[in-house]
Amino acid sequence: MARFTSGNDVIAREIIDRYPVAKSAVIPLCHLAQEQDGHLADDALVQIGELVGITPAEVLGTASFYEMLKREPCGRYLVNVCTSISCHLMGGDELLHHAEQRLGVRAGATTADGLFTLEEYECQAACTEAPALQVNYRYFHNVTPADFDTLVDDLAAGRLADTIPPHGTLARIRQRIPSDRAAGAASPIGGAQPGWLTDSPALTDDGSNP
Amino acid sequence: MTITDAKPIVSTRWALDDGHTLDRYLTTGGYEGLRAALRRPPGQVVEEVKAASLLGRGGAGFPAGVKWGFCPPGVFPRYLVVNGDESEPGTYKDRILMERDPHQLIEGVLIACYAVGLAQAFLYVRGEMALAQERIATALNEAYAAGYIGRNILGSDFSVDVVLHWGAGAYIVGEETALIESLEGSRGMPRLKPPYFPAAIGLYGQPTIVNNVETLSNLPWILSNGGAAFGALGAETSRGTRLFAVSGHVKKPGVFEVEFGVTTFRDLIESQLYGGGIRGGKDLKAFIPGGASAPWFYEEHLDLPLEAGAVGKAGSMLGSGAVVVMDSDTDVVKACHRLVRFFSRESCGKCTPCREGTGWLEKILRRIIEGQGRPSDLAMLLDVSDNISPGIAWPPRQTTICPLGPSAVSPIASALLRFREEFEAYVGGALESSVEVRGAAYGPKRVEVAAT
Repeated sequence: MARFTSGNDVIAREIIDRYPVAKSAVIPLCHLAQEQDGHLADDALVQIGELVGITPAEVLGTASFYEMLKREPCGRYLVNVCTSISCHLMGGDELLHHAEQRLGVRAGATTADGLFTLEEYECQAACTEAPALQVNYRYFHNVTPADFDTLVDDLAAGRLADTIPPHGTLARIRQRIPSDRAAGAASPIGGAQPGWLTDSPALTDDGSNP
Repeated sequence: MTITDAKPIVSTRWALDDGHTLDRYLTTGGYEGLRAALRRPPGQVVEEVKAASLLGRGGAGFPAGVKWGFCPPGVFPRYLVVNGDESEPGTYKDRILMERDPHQLIEGVLIACYAVGLAQAFLYVRGEMALAQERIATALNEAYAAGYIGRNILGSDFSVDVVLHWGAGAYIVGEETALIESLEGSRGMPRLKPPYFPAAIGLYGQPTIVNNVETLSNLPWILSNGGAAFGALGAETSRGTRLFAVSGHVKKPGVFEVEFGVTTFRDLIESQLYGGGIRGGKDLKAFIPGGASAPWFYEEHLDLPLEAGAVGKAGSMLGSGAVVVMDSDTDVVKACHRLVRFFSRESCGKCTPCREGTGWLEKILRRIIEGQGRPSDLAMLLDVSDNISPGIAWPPRQTTICPLGPSAVSPIASALLRFREEFEAYVGGALESSVEVRGAAYGPKRVEVAAT
């Protein structure tokens, strides 16, 4: 499986329609494919290309630039331990070493049961809560080795399934633009000056439309 | 100490459990700034923001109102791209703004679109920030339903869509032209400026404003309270308040909103209100004043104010508002390697000096740390640095399209010139003096700060 399901196909077209140029949807559609399959399969590259009007090679050209887009299957839980400067100063390297010992794999590898992929990651914007890590891009702050062991046990036992979806799913809430409220995508071609860009205010002092 | 009693502007809802919801936002003054904006002609809104002297909070520190004015007249459509791709090591403030107060950001986006006549807005959130994406998606859905976004906003002729977009892991996308490339569905590689200044040739070749999350989050307050009230806070070119993340070896790391321009590094690092001093009773060895790209500061810089001009004169920058503190036990060679490794990994590969140079800098530093370094490696570090950033000066010159390559030079020049003996101990020999002369032009200068 790697083509979009019919439900995801509807979502994909909704996403594309928001952009003035369809190619802008490539990265969001890659995320959608990962949400469906856990990684970016060959068929997904083909279909995304069809949907936005570029070749599969061009989709791959974009996707291969971004480290969150995985061409190979990834563990159910992607554990990214930060060892950038602030976490490095506060024990991130030791935490990563512990994680390698605990999971029995080096950074970059997946456990034999397919449950965990471990990565040494750069700054995750949690610098004041160092050392930090993310599981499927959900934060865990000020993590000690003992915290890490508890986290791994909880994940393996499915106790965090409500808060941490499987790898591939980012936001569980999608933006939805209701058709009766949409202003519409602004085409780059033949655009006119917006109607409100005048010397008059858009609202009067009592809040009504002048 | 120069801690003032200035009230926070952008962090007022952080302590509220439901500060991210529309209901709470509306009961705490939400969308009043938008209403105030719509009651005035767009041109007056631009003037209000110019009066505030709001410097961009992303890193480059360019005045937002002036940036808006660079769109060529008569060329439409114009777009807004919101830079929420916060990734500079040490930097942590846009994520909190997006997670805890998404409506404040959305309101700022709408004010900018109204003022400059921007036909569509794209909110580019860093890929790794799942919670921020969820909070913003929810806030956008609420705001559409309530009539704050979309067609005929609040019953007026002002209509604009705000689209949530997110990345997939690439620091360089925080550079504004790379951000646009990425939003167009391509590899996030920077464009050459000129001609590709976004205000002239941006998204889809159209005039485009790129503003940072914190910058836009200030707009609701400015429209509600007036640009003059914002400009009355701070000093010199640095007005209003600003968020600073203090991390590393302090007792109380955190993100603090302080009056810009007057509060000092000593306040941020030592005051009980903020960092609380160096942990474990140690001494300060060095601190990074503005994110991984910034040259390091030391004890003698503590009394400098957090003012863009003063910090620039002293040889560094406030950058992204990230203060990283290193205590006396820090192995600066390892810290230096860690910073350089970041730029090496994140180099997009477009320009040879950066693609090759940052890679070699990282390899040489790793070799030194692993005990395989040679005395000649120290001169080689400076030589490669000189190829990326000729003269190793500040502000940096560059042989590259964007500043990422020169950013990798900052930690090397800082650490190697200040703590030369630590590098020499690793390699068992001295840095050749002929190279040191070239490098010595670089680095924070001692500055005298008048007692306050």
